[in-house]
Amino acid sequence: MKFNSKSPFLFLSLAMVVFAMQGCATPTTHERMLGGEEQVKLRSMQSRAFDTTDKEKTLRTVIATMQDLGFIVEKADLLLGTVSGTKLAGYSLRLTVSVRPKGDSQLIVRASAQYNIQAVEDPKPYQDFFASLEKAMFLTAHNVD
Amino acid sequence: MTIFKYPYLIWFLVTGLVFSGCAGGIIPPEALQWNQETLKDRQLQTRKFDTSDEEKMMSACAALLQDLGFILEESETKLGVMLGTKDRSAEDAGQIAGAVILALLLGVYVPTDDKQKFRASVVTRSLKESNEITVRVTFQRVVWNTQGRVTTSEALTDPKMYTEFFTKLSKAIFLEAHEI
Repeated sequence: MKFNSKSPFLFLSLAMVVFAMQGCATPTTHERMLGGEEQVKLRSMQSRAFDTTDKEKTLRTVIATMQDLGFIVEKADLLLGTVSGTKLAGYSLRLTVSVRPKGDSQLIVRASAQYNIQAVEDPKPYQDFFASLEKAMFLTAHNVD
Repeated sequence: MTIFKYPYLIWFLVTGLVFSGCAGGIIPPEALQWNQETLKDRQLQTRKFDTSDEEKMMSACAALLQDLGFILEESETKLGVMLGTKDRSAEDAGQIAGAVILALLLGVYVPTDDKQKFRASVVTRSLKESNEITVRVTFQRVVWNTQGRVTTSEALTDPKMYTEFFTKLSKAIFLEAHEI
């Protein structure tokens, strides 16, 4: 097997491998620490608005929903409006949920998840979470732009 | 090698491998979904008590966690949340014996389970309309081996554990109420 023009596919594949590995092996510490511009896009998939202003009840419902989904609640702060928890099932799934007022009549609930050592950037798990929360809240979860 | 006759195969295989390595594990689709166990787990982990004093209930739970050897890590009384952990040995005589036999026969070192951290979360919720408080407790544990690697991370689901916790909690509340 020689690397000549007769095996362009092999050459191409090696080039691709080198290229691909470089691409995924070298995010800088700065990028890992502060994330990319993708983080901004994440916000809308991680957020829903609910027609209520009862922060405590909303947080308590978030906590109950997290428990239903197998999480242990590790931290909660009513004043800050945040709850964090971890689910262990052969993997470690960490979730932080924050509740903030939006206008005079709504609350924004935002969930962000970390699966093992990665941010969860797929919309589906968030849709699943809000589907459960919606039922427990007895309120509709509105999408947020 | 015949595979070299079809370089595009290698191309697909290798780039496939590289990109799957890049993704580094994808969240299981069921991770944030309800399943058949959800309601069963909720029942197992929850008890209702005839009281409206959430503060006293939380203080009883904290006392019980302490009785059970847990260190209280976090609490937020305004939301009825409390977390306790305890570190214990995870050594297992059978596992160690197996590792010793392997070491003697094959000369290989096999790491064995070394230590574990138990985590207990207690959440209280008052049902104002009925003067009742629900208490839900959840147990998890993480096990590390002698090389410091995590070998087990799981939710503990043995019903006996939860039954015993609530039996003890009932006693603790009785003690609290009577201030013995």
